[in-house]
This record gives sequence, structure tokens and C-alpha cells, in this order.
Amino acid sequence: MYALEIEHLKKTYSSGTKALKGVDLKVEKGDFFALLGPNGAGKSTTIGIVSGLVNKSAGSVKIFGYDYDTHQAQAKSCIGLVPQEFNFNQFERVIEILVNQGGYYGIPRPQAYKRAETYLRQLELWDKRNDMARELSGGMKRRLMIARALIHHPKLLILDEPTAGVDIEIRRSMWDFLTKINKQGTTIILTTHYLEEAESLCKNIAIIDHGRTIEDTSMKTLLSQLNTETFILYLQSPINDTHNLKSHDLSPFDIHVLDENTLEISIHEKMQFNHLFKLLTDNGIQVLSMRNKTNRLEQLFMRLVDKNRNNSELIETLEQTSHTENLDG
Amino acid sequence: MSWFEKYNALKTIIIKEYLRFIRIWIQTVLPPAITTALYFIIFGKLIGSQIGDINGYKYMDYIVPGLILMAVITNSYGNVVSSFYSAKFQKSIEELLVSPTPNYLILIGYISGGVARGIIVGIVVTLVAMYFSDIQVHSYTLSLFVFILTATLFSIAGFINAIYANSFDDISIIPTFVLTPLTYLGGIFYSIEMLPDFWQTLSLANPILYMISSFRYGMIGTSDTDITTAIMIIIGFTLVLFTFAMHLLNKGTGIRQ
Repeated sequence: MYALEIEHLKKTYSSGTKALKGVDLKVEKGDFFALLGPNGAGKSTTIGIVSGLVNKSAGSVKIFGYDYDTHQAQAKSCIGLVPQEFNFNQFERVIEILVNQGGYYGIPRPQAYKRAETYLRQLELWDKRNDMARELSGGMKRRLMIARALIHHPKLLILDEPTAGVDIEIRRSMWDFLTKINKQGTTIILTTHYLEEAESLCKNIAIIDHGRTIEDTSMKTLLSQLNTETFILYLQSPINDTHNLKSHDLSPFDIHVLDENTLEISIHEKMQFNHLFKLLTDNGIQVLSMRNKTNRLEQLFMRLVDKNRNNSELIETLEQTSHTENLDG
Repeated sequence: MSWFEKYNALKTIIIKEYLRFIRIWIQTVLPPAITTALYFIIFGKLIGSQIGDINGYKYMDYIVPGLILMAVITNSYGNVVSSFYSAKFQKSIEELLVSPTPNYLILIGYISGGVARGIIVGIVVTLVAMYFSDIQVHSYTLSLFVFILTATLFSIAGFINAIYANSFDDISIIPTFVLTPLTYLGGIFYSIEMLPDFWQTLSLANPILYMISSFRYGMIGTSDTDITTAIMIIIGFTLVLFTFAMHLLNKGTGIRQ
């Protein structure tokens, strides 16, 4: 049994926009799962359908074995949702928001209050419990939504860009918190535009684009597809004519001079850094420091999305051609 | 959800709705008291003294039931329409939509909030009325029944208005252009027997007339309409609107994409 099982999910909005054209997804129990995709790819629509905020047009959704069409209440009880936008009453007190949410899941008020205290303390919001929600900072509001999503002890926690607009310190503490509850057994699905976040937290990953799943695999398998990485090297002294970067030995490396103190070098996974550094040293080039040009997942993500975009354009062109031929014929 | 969990969910919605309007009592409970007091002073004391009796009752005593019920109608409707639309506007309605709380409990919860405000405002207005008039109750059972049923009916109507509303303008259009005219023309300040035949017949198409008439009968024992017919009409409207509101909720109109 999967924590989440989506098959052939389709959604056409009343405006005619086809947001989902057939999404398939399987999330294992206990997983920390990344759901990625460019803006407008269909991530939020998928999450909306899974959490009951959007009506699907076709397909099936099962949550811990409960079919959404036949066992909606049981399915909903398994999910905790942290949406992208703030969706609480800004004029309610923090503690009331949590206790009320517990109530909607059938939890008696004294018990909901105790749970609220636990999560507010863990997320460092206990001191703010009697403040109006609108008085909280952006980071606090995000943490409030996490506490609210956890009040009924969901087995599956869905976070739609939970760290958007949050400073790095709070983001790190949120990562620690999410890792902790994942280790305690909560399955987590995360959508984010911070690919570093997905790479460091998630075990498995799916990428959605143009309303379709274009990749669904483990993070390790996906990253292994990346056979070339690009690095930026900062040099101790400027490059000059005495340095022969076009020598035969350095030719396997794709080297670009960005400025007199900076090099960009692409390295195949089978090449050794030791070899590169030896060749650079032999050429009299001393490297002070280096960094990845882009995040590894980001490189793959862009590659997959570009490839899918080309395929989608090709399919659309073929469909249009076929349509025109049918009309002519 | 078990019955105990459903009970907790309903209790939560009712408590939340009750606290919402009690917290802002200056905006919700005080204004009807002041408005009604002004009605009593202007229509009851100043103009009423010139009018004389209606159906054998002093004008002041005659308008008391209508004024109480008008406050109940306006406040029950206003409570639900503003609360539910505000939840839609702030998206906090999603807190309920993602939960396993069944739709019928969401509807009953919001109706209960509207009825609670109707009861509290009704009590306050009655206390104000007692200062101006010697209130007598002909039938406590009928008065209470019509009172609660009317509050329920208009709470559901407010809920439906909020479901369709897309802006704050949309939640004031129905009260301004439909509810207020129908209430004023529903026989609060006069007996329809005082109207020409055509207007008398037309008035019978106004559902609020039946509520005011039956409530007036419950309080002072006189009515413009047959009580049984009136009660059946109110129950019929309540059932139709409840069914329609449930249909909209199940379909997700205005709240689910």
C-alpha cells in the first residue's frame, strides 16, 4: 500500500484550461518526496485535488489505500496540508486557529489545546499563542501553518512551497523539524522552487510539466543522470599569456575564461579532480577556491523541463497538422 | 468520522461562529437595539399616537412583533453571509474543506451561528421593546417556533448568498435590494387589510408576510394570514433552501475549483 497513489489524474478548469493531462504518482509510506515543476506545471492543482480543495475531472486518488471517491473522510483524515498561500483567519488568535482545526478533525478541545501547545513550542511560537495571526511575521505564519497541519497527527504531510520568502535561519530550522517528523514516520511531500532544499531533504522525486509526470524516480537515480558538472574556479593570480589553457593535456576539460581570475570548467563524472589540479599546477595556475556553477538538481531539472517542452511543442504541432489535414480531407 | 468526532466538529464551528459575533458586539448586537429604539420612538410614539388602533390593538403593540422579527431576519442573514464570505475571502474556509467534517455539519454549524445571533439580537430588541410597550405573549410555543424557524431560514439564505458572492458588493446587494423591501412590505407597520385589493393579493406573494403574521399571532393573537398555511410556507421555504444549499456545497460551487 502506498501513502499516495495517483492514476491518470486530469483536471480541466471551467475556463477550459487543461491543468492536468494525466498525472501518475506513487509515494511510498515514510518517504520524503519532492514534487517539482515549473510555475503553472500543475503541482498546486495536484495537491489541491489530493487535499480536497479542487474537484478532479478524471482519474483516481488513493491515500493510504482509501479511495478518495468512496472513502473521502478517511482519506482526508490521513492528510495534513501546508498550502502555498496563508489561508487562516487573520483576525483569529494563534491558539484558536490550532484548536479549531483540531476540532474540525473531531478532536475534543482540551486534547486539541494540549497538542497545540506541543507543536507551538516545537515550532517556537508558544510565546505568540495569544497574538492575532495578522501580527505574526512571514516566517511565523509559515510555521503556524505547519503546526496547524500537524494538529490531527496526519500520516501524510503535504507542503506546498513552505519555505517561500523565509530567511535562511528559519528555513534551516524548518528543514530540521521536517526531517525529525519524517524520521518519526510521517510521509512528507514537498514542493519547492529551492532545488537545493529538495536535493538535501528528499529521497524520491517526481517532476511535473504541462500537466504530465515527466520523471518519477529516486533522487539518487536522477542525480546519477548528470554525467557532467560545471565548476567555477577562483585563481590566486591572474591568467596571462604564459598560461597555456589550450594545451593537449587540458583538452578533455571544457575550460572557459570568465575573467582573468576566474575559470569555468566542465568535468565529466569519470574525470578526476586530482588530475585537473595537477595539470593546472603544472601550468602555473594556483586555485584559491571553487564552487558548483549551479545546483546539480537544478541542471537536471532544466534539462528535463526543456526536453519536455520541445516534446510538447512537437506533439502540439503534430496534432495541429493532423487537425488541419482532417479539415482539408 | 465517529458520532463523537462529528459532535466535536459541529461544536467547534458553533463556538467559533458565536465568539466571532460576540467579540464584535458593538457592530453586531448594539446597532439593532439602537435602530429598534428609534423605530419605537418615531413610529410608535410620535406617528403611532396619530394612527390609532389596528385590529383592536394599540399601534405600538401591533408593530412590536414585526420589529423584533425584522431584527432577527437582518441579523441571522447578515451573520452568515458576512462570516462565510469572509472565510472565503481569506481562504480560511479551506481549513474546513480539507478536514473530514461532512458538508451538512458545515452548513448546520453556520446556520447555528446565524440563529444564535438572531436569538441574542431578538432578546435585546425585546428588552428594548418592553420599555415602550407592555409585551404580552399569546402563545410561547408558536412565537418561539416561528422565531427559530425564521432565523434558520434567513441563515440558510445568507449562506447561499455567500456561496455565490465574489465581492463584498455581492453580499450587500440582496439585503439592500431584496430583503429590506420585502421586510418593510411584509406588514411590520401595517395590516395588509388596510391595502387596496390588488396590493393585498400581491402582498400574499411575499414570504416574509407569513413569518411576521404568524409571529404576531404568537405574540398578540392577531394575524393577516392563516397560521397553518403560514407555518407550512415557512417550513417549505426552509427545506427547499436547505436542500439547495447542500447541493451547492456538495458540488463545491464558489468554494472548490
